[in-house]
Amino acid sequence: MSIIRPAVRCARVAPSLSALRGFATSRRVAEELKKTPLYDFHVQHKAKMVPFAGWSMPLSYGEVGQITAHKHVRSSAGLFDVSHMLQHQFVGASVQDFLLTLCPSSLDSLSPFSSTLSVLLNESGGIIDDTIITKHSDESFYVVTNAGRATEDKAHISEKLKEWNVANKGQEVEWTTLEDWGLVALQGPKAADVVQTLTDKDLTEIKFGQSAFVELKTGEGEEKVKCHVARGGYTGEDGFEISIPPSSAVALTTRIAAHPDVQLIGLGARDSLRLEAGMCLYGHDLDESVSPVEAGLSWVIGKARRAEDAQPSFPGKSRILAELAKGPSRRRVGFEITGSPAREGCKIFDKSGTQEIGVITSGIPSPTLGKNIAMGYIANGSHKKGTEVLVEVRKKMREAVVKPMPFVPTKYFK
Amino acid sequence: MLSLRFARAASALRTVAAPKPVSRAMRFSAVRFASTRYTTDHEWVTFDGNTNVGTVGITEYAQKALGDVVFVELPGQGSEVAQGDSIGAVESVKAASDIYAPVSGIVDEINEALADQPSLLNKAPESDGWLCKVKLSDPAEFEALLSAEAYKAHCEGE
Repeated sequence: MSIIRPAVRCARVAPSLSALRGFATSRRVAEELKKTPLYDFHVQHKAKMVPFAGWSMPLSYGEVGQITAHKHVRSSAGLFDVSHMLQHQFVGASVQDFLLTLCPSSLDSLSPFSSTLSVLLNESGGIIDDTIITKHSDESFYVVTNAGRATEDKAHISEKLKEWNVANKGQEVEWTTLEDWGLVALQGPKAADVVQTLTDKDLTEIKFGQSAFVELKTGEGEEKVKCHVARGGYTGEDGFEISIPPSSAVALTTRIAAHPDVQLIGLGARDSLRLEAGMCLYGHDLDESVSPVEAGLSWVIGKARRAEDAQPSFPGKSRILAELAKGPSRRRVGFEITGSPAREGCKIFDKSGTQEIGVITSGIPSPTLGKNIAMGYIANGSHKKGTEVLVEVRKKMREAVVKPMPFVPTKYFK
Repeated sequence: MLSLRFARAASALRTVAAPKPVSRAMRFSAVRFASTRYTTDHEWVTFDGNTNVGTVGITEYAQKALGDVVFVELPGQGSEVAQGDSIGAVESVKAASDIYAPVSGIVDEINEALADQPSLLNKAPESDGWLCKVKLSDPAEFEALLSAEAYKAHCEGE
């Protein structure tokens, strides 16, 4: 889901060092950017604030480099402000059926207080956004969508909901977005120990993909605040996403950050962590033309929903069923590149270097593996792991091989 | 999702002050003293008038903005470069940035140490982390680059 991305397009040569001015410009436009409830907290902790999806967000803190921050999350615990992401609450008698018309997941077979990654689909089966949907009951759902898609998502949901409520009088769905709420992610092998110090609830009862309302100690004393705590995240590590009422956002974040194992982590490391975990970044690895099958997200399409006559249907079903049956024309896969890292926009060629067969959508030198990893779309047929290809970086062909994802094994608490 | 686009402001991109006629006195001073000049691309060149060789690197300001450098691609030894050519790249985890030739000439030597220790660019960008040495084909290009004061003013203006 949402992370940062420096713009390095291979199609165009990389930005020159003079393009570093981007950082300075960002300071000048900071006034127009939205601020999360933790903005002042970040500034106090010497964050380098940058514009991201219309928000002023921390890229990094103090002099801590991206590699150090990244490795801290993999070895200890890192705290991320993800309050810029849009939190939604959907309630009502027909809410489950309504959400089923927006996405292809089997929400009806989801048990209470469990969640799934899903996608909002357009009529052509393209991905409007990727999202985490949590079911609290058949009549209440909590949904988180990307900050950078807030405008599109709100317009889409609002239009669909209006039609739905007209057609389902007496069973209307009520939709609210949690403005000004805090949302923080604590990620890493020590995340559970840290959160456990804040509550008497046994956190081993909450497995990956599950959630609960938990009273967490906040501030400096024994005062508590009820938060939505979801086990999961976007780094591949064990961890939690904690939704905090507006008035307690700073106090709880301060308390978590005060734990000696916790470091504050910015968007820079969030990008490299999610890429190692093989997770998509909307606007780069996903866009409205891409179907979940092409994106390697067929698993979000519920089994029961794949039947021709299954009701309710989901948007773009005919394309998606055809792709499931015959295979899509392109597929998102992982790559390992020899020599230089390959970044977004780099062209992928077959082994002979004559035929262009795909494009890189995200790429970094992996801090954990010390290898250049990337993801991108490649023509069906060349997508199998172990396939040798060439990737063009700065007008030179570099050897690359198709790799399975995640690049770094996930360590979820199951 | 949204990207931290390093806006490529056209106006200031790779601008180099207009070449000025080099006086005899200036030539003389260049012969006697190695001096350092800068570009708006945040590169430095130390020119040794005795050998006609300029050592090229990135500035402290650039290394800070780039973050942890993990890979440096340098031009081939003996290759001919023209001022403004892209001759390589500096890769950090978050981004790749082009290296532009601040002066024209022939690449005389590259810093082999960077292949194993790209972090030299962070630790000592203006000394041990030098990138390459170029035998200048037109020393007047060097004289037209920014002085230390002018470069400092440029950074403060960004």
